[in-house]
Amino acid sequence: MAVELGDEPHVLAVDDNLIDRKLVERLLKNSSCKVTTAENALRALDYLGLGNDTLEGTVSEVNMIITDYCMPGMTGYELLKKIKESSVLKEVPVVIMSSENIPTRISQCLEEGAKMFMLKPLKQSDVKQLKWHLMKCRN
Amino acid sequence: MDFVNLLQRKFIDYSSSLHREGIVDDQFTQLRKLEDENSPHFVMEVASLFFEDCEKLINNMAIALEQKQGVDFKQIDECIHQLKGSSSSIGAMRVKNACIAFRSFSDGQNREGCLRCLQQLSHEYSLLKNKLQTLFRVSVASRCLYVCLVIFCRGNEHAEPFPDVLVFQLEKEIVAAGGSIPRVH
Repeated sequence: MAVELGDEPHVLAVDDNLIDRKLVERLLKNSSCKVTTAENALRALDYLGLGNDTLEGTVSEVNMIITDYCMPGMTGYELLKKIKESSVLKEVPVVIMSSENIPTRISQCLEEGAKMFMLKPLKQSDVKQLKWHLMKCRN
Repeated sequence: MDFVNLLQRKFIDYSSSLHREGIVDDQFTQLRKLEDENSPHFVMEVASLFFEDCEKLINNMAIALEQKQGVDFKQIDECIHQLKGSSSSIGAMRVKNACIAFRSFSDGQNREGCLRCLQQLSHEYSLLKNKLQTLFRVSVASRCLYVCLVIFCRGNEHAEPFPDVLVFQLEKEIVAAGGSIPRVH
């Protein structure tokens, strides 16, 4: 069976908590996704090419961004807004994760254009659902 | 294979007791499901990171609560938030619950209450670390024993010396458990 590397979606996972980064990375890799992690929103923006410190020629294409809501400095919500403001990146689906189930927070993110809002801790079934949405977006 | 079955039985029983005692919850089971041949030691690796993180945060909170000029409850709150998140993600239920209790005292800026909670948190953490390390030892022991038996049986059947790939697997298990490989010259 031929493996086409181009079919693996590339996901950028943003979370300030190391354990959560490891978990989301493992969950995504188990769902055959290529994963890049960032420990805060600023690093994520740099990686996406929207940051002040983005180096020339280092911008990678990502198919989805999954970010924690509560992060020091810039929150996941603020990161979402920046992504949606960008002409280059606004079509990239953004998923927000949070350990707190706050309805106003959820609707605020969805109104701003988040594809999904997921409650932590994440499980394999959550990521499977996510990937299904992602593949639907691509096709 | 009796010894292997015995160790595997021990592992299952010990693992069940951790759930019954509330040390770990379903999220821990979810983590174990993520282990496969590409990532056979995932739970141990994440647990090690958690232990380091937890010790650092407990230490930081202890220092913050000792400050004579005034306790920085905002810092305490951030530490609790981090720890609650990590413990929830790894399935460390009692540590997570200790964090939830701690938060209410931190919100109330109650130093005495916080000190008691920190003590409780340290206790739950020690318990968790102890139990998980025992669980991992049993798991690794059964895996090592299994590999040894396979090597032994193969050697007996085919009069082969130790197949390299199995020795390599055994070495990986030993190193993952924190051991070292003696080199014979």
